[in-house]
Amino acid sequence: MSESTLRIGLVLPDVMGTYGDGGNALVLRQRARMRGIDAEIVSITLDDEVPDSLDVYTLGGAEDFAQRLATRHLSEHPGMQRAAERGRPVLAICAAIQVLGHWYETAAGERVDGIGMFDVTTSPGPERSIGELVTAPLLEALTQPLSGFENHRGITALGASARPLGSVRHGVGNGTSDRVEGVVQGSVIGTYMHGPLLARNPELADHLLQQATGTALAPLDLPEVEQLRRERLAAAR
Amino acid sequence: MIGGLVAAKIDPSIMARLADGKRTVLVTGTNGKSTTTRMAAAALADLGEVCTQADGANMDAGIIAALSLARSAPIAALEVDELHVPHVADATSPEALVLLNLSRDQLDRVGEINAIERRLRAGIEAHPETVVIANCDDVLVTSAAFGAREVVWVAAGSGWVGDSVSCPRSGEPIVRRGEDWYSTGDEGFRRPAPQWWFDDENIYGPGGFRARLTLAVPGRANRGNATQAVAAAVAMGADPAAAVAAVGTVGEVAGRYGSHQLGEHRIRTLLAKNPAGWQEALSMIDQDADSLVIAVNGQVPDGEDLSWLWDVRFEAFETMHVISSGERAADLGVRLLYAGAEHTTVADPLAAIESCPPGRVEVLANYTAFRDLNTALERAGAQPLDPAAAPETQEPRR
Repeated sequence: MSESTLRIGLVLPDVMGTYGDGGNALVLRQRARMRGIDAEIVSITLDDEVPDSLDVYTLGGAEDFAQRLATRHLSEHPGMQRAAERGRPVLAICAAIQVLGHWYETAAGERVDGIGMFDVTTSPGPERSIGELVTAPLLEALTQPLSGFENHRGITALGASARPLGSVRHGVGNGTSDRVEGVVQGSVIGTYMHGPLLARNPELADHLLQQATGTALAPLDLPEVEQLRRERLAAAR
Repeated sequence: MIGGLVAAKIDPSIMARLADGKRTVLVTGTNGKSTTTRMAAAALADLGEVCTQADGANMDAGIIAALSLARSAPIAALEVDELHVPHVADATSPEALVLLNLSRDQLDRVGEINAIERRLRAGIEAHPETVVIANCDDVLVTSAAFGAREVVWVAAGSGWVGDSVSCPRSGEPIVRRGEDWYSTGDEGFRRPAPQWWFDDENIYGPGGFRARLTLAVPGRANRGNATQAVAAAVAMGADPAAAVAAVGTVGEVAGRYGSHQLGEHRIRTLLAKNPAGWQEALSMIDQDADSLVIAVNGQVPDGEDLSWLWDVRFEAFETMHVISSGERAADLGVRLLYAGAEHTTVADPLAAIESCPPGRVEVLANYTAFRDLNTALERAGAQPLDPAAAPETQEPRR
């Protein structure tokens, strides 16, 4: 945390905000404030340059046209890429995985370049994967199952530099034969989980916050969040 | 409905034959179809008997059922699901088509909104005989209607711009400057000048027409709906002043905005089906009411993905105690928790209402929660109240 306030980047909510994923930034802010840490959301739109000075970055899902606008903007203003090279955490949801990869292929068969932060490529699958998604986390810091709602047609193949975020217990995930979900590369995490992700997975939210603040955080006792997790994990059986 | 389905199975051309000879207006869009159709039917009644759906059933079976119940009516005002417009237009050769707004419906059920816009655009291009009454504040609606031979543009408002940040014709950004908007990728594509518009008091139309617009249903979105209904009726030959008076008589629509008395509670129910509808419905909630119950289900008709709850600004209820209810009360509870809104959870909506202190209770619910609550209210013996007489409508009478 560079100053006394934690600054959370909500990257391109005007184009990458189709599925409530702005909630991830909100959950980070509120969980910081619940521990007495000043926190604010910095919304970065197509009208803004992307600063490299923020403590954590979040990106949401989008549809095809909007995905291209986001890719172009992030290439022209590579602040988030510089921040990630310095170890700042970045969370990329759904289409943002594709934007952050080497390239993705559209449903019409066109190959569109991404910004190359993830060593992944994405091609369209035979049908959309829609429904509850549960994985066992492969990130060392996490112990609890991850829960989310997937709605995508992309099949994402990981290259040698990328690791999966979780191992699929229910649902489809990346759509490759090894039944894995998501991407981890350095401090950058990608996943197909909406919900929003951090509303359903407080352990991951706090992992990102600890990376962003550089300090260990005491757990929060929020029974409603646990109730939601129980319900959603049960719904996936 | 079942009758309509059976009829279509026996004779696939039945919709066309039932509509033959009728002067038809179709009403479509993501939100406001039922209310606007009811308003258009009221405004057209001066021209003759109007055939319309009583129940908001807006796919083939519901349309056929409505048409077959009013064979002799010379006019039809039909609400049509967005995806059904092209073939319903082929069957009915409508005189007018009202395009209200286009935004995402259930996240997990409906494909890309841009694909829906392109289908509507193609459907309109196939019907040069139809005058299109289109909302020029909605970028996607404007794109669908832009190439129509005859368009009446209405500034009906747009409360939700999240689905139209990119130009549906070029993919480039849409720039908004006040009311105006334009595409940065297609020079000719920008907001057309409206022939009809409204403000908090009046409706304005061609030739300097101006009249007081007083509605029995709440909210700014319904003033936009009423303006489009009037524009459609006038395009079909109705008198403007009479049309404005007629749309003001439309109150409860299929239980939406309905008020009930149950024991010590005066209950007003609001239906919201999708993100744009929720944001609009939140603006209709009377913050002076004694209690607020919000009920959310996640069944297939509602959409099983409730992520959109996070696109709705529940932060507005920091000052009002909310009871989180419905089958997905836990999802809503977590949303309210992080919104900083004081709340409790009572999963059953009727029990949630009964747990409120005596007085006025506002209830906001999504589709199946709303439907099931109305059934439960009826079983519990709740007395319907005249919505037009309710003092808490959002628009002040001046």
